[in-house]
Amino acid sequence: MNVTVDRERCCGAGNCVVLAPEVFDQRDEDGTVVLLDPTPPEALAGSVGEAVDQCPGRAIEAYDIRP
Amino acid sequence: MTAPDVRAAAPDYPAKRDAACPFAPPPVLRALAEEAPLSRVTIWDGSTPWLVTGHESQRALLGDERVSVDEHRAGFPLFSQAMRDTLEHRPAMVFNLDGAEHRRLRKILTRAFTAKRVQALRPAIQRITDELIDAMLAGPKPADLVTSLAVPLPSLMICELLGVPYEDRDFFQERSAVGVGGTASAEESGASMQALTEYLIGLVRSKKETPGDDVLSDIAERVTAGELSEVEGGLLGLQALVAGHETSANMIALGTVALLRHPEQLALLRDTDDPAVVATATEELLRYLTIPQVGQRRIATADIEIAGEVIREGEGIIIDLPTGNRDPDVFDAPEALDLRSPQGRHQAFGFGPHQCVGQQLARAELQIVYGTLFRRIPTLTPAVEFDEIEFKHDALAFGVHALPVTW
Repeated sequence: MNVTVDRERCCGAGNCVVLAPEVFDQRDEDGTVVLLDPTPPEALAGSVGEAVDQCPGRAIEAYDIRP
Repeated sequence: MTAPDVRAAAPDYPAKRDAACPFAPPPVLRALAEEAPLSRVTIWDGSTPWLVTGHESQRALLGDERVSVDEHRAGFPLFSQAMRDTLEHRPAMVFNLDGAEHRRLRKILTRAFTAKRVQALRPAIQRITDELIDAMLAGPKPADLVTSLAVPLPSLMICELLGVPYEDRDFFQERSAVGVGGTASAEESGASMQALTEYLIGLVRSKKETPGDDVLSDIAERVTAGELSEVEGGLLGLQALVAGHETSANMIALGTVALLRHPEQLALLRDTDDPAVVATATEELLRYLTIPQVGQRRIATADIEIAGEVIREGEGIIIDLPTGNRDPDVFDAPEALDLRSPQGRHQAFGFGPHQCVGQQLARAELQIVYGTLFRRIPTLTPAVEFDEIEFKHDALAFGVHALPVTW
């Protein structure tokens, strides 16, 4: 699984950090998203999917590039 | 009333709840929601903006860049005549700015509410919760849960976050309760808000000289950098106070009422020390109670096709979160309070770029209160009959004015 984030769209709600703390963090200075792991393991697909779904700024994309 | 009639009638909004089931959205709004995700309502000035009750449509519109919070646009569905009267004097705020201007102000606040910062506040929230419960238990019975716990906890946490000095906290709490508590007269409430605004502007000024690790110091830094005036900085602090004070207090007290009405659900919280169970229960209470009750107000800046309708440029939009959080297309058994059921998609905090900036703090406060209160006082019980509890039917956010409890 591959994950990308768009800091311009991020509104710092912090839901992704609560749902998938292994993958997302927030910058101390303004709370915008920090991507800790752009290729998280499949075991985290569920929580990353929830983070995508619950991001109020639609700032996170997750996709699977395997054939 | 048959369903097509209710749609054709464009009923009044906000609407009245059924006193017999106060936790549920008003019957007339539920009737609209059953018919279609979008309908029309009539507001105080006679205009008929769109009312959005469908969960998916709410989500789409709240995140749509063609949907604006700019209350100065002609056709914006304002809350009241009083809001119209003060429109020209209301400054630009996080609540009424879009796009880049909104992001600039919001980012000053987001820094204080990150998941990490809130995590670090948990021990303080737990300590204050325990102290307030200790004080209530040591006092006379019955006690009012609203003044003993529901109001002081969020108020003290806001003091902590904003950086209000200890010696000023009594003044700050007292003025906040009068200013945003919803029980004082308009005159008293206005005077309290004025006093708080002046106080916060003064505090921003002093934090420029002696900063601490708090929101008002962050704001003061932007003032020094020339990005904000002292007045704008004080107002930004006031917005954090207004948005975070009454909302959390209402959820604490109303959540307790709901749990006391559902003893089998309360037992789940009383008998667990698992934070994951408490977290799931808290999300379900947020969904079930969804306290904003006068709608998220917006205006379309372009034609928007949605759910088989076209919202025209310049038309007002009201997003009614409580009905969306009971949308049977999204939630199984939405009318039941089921603390075991994960309800992650609820929109009690809204959605889109204006989603509640303090939501992680609210979650932490609610999880700690719901996870502590019934374990500390397993015999907690209302000291009045259910139909004697006074609900806040006319306030911006739903709640109870008082909750006499005994144990």
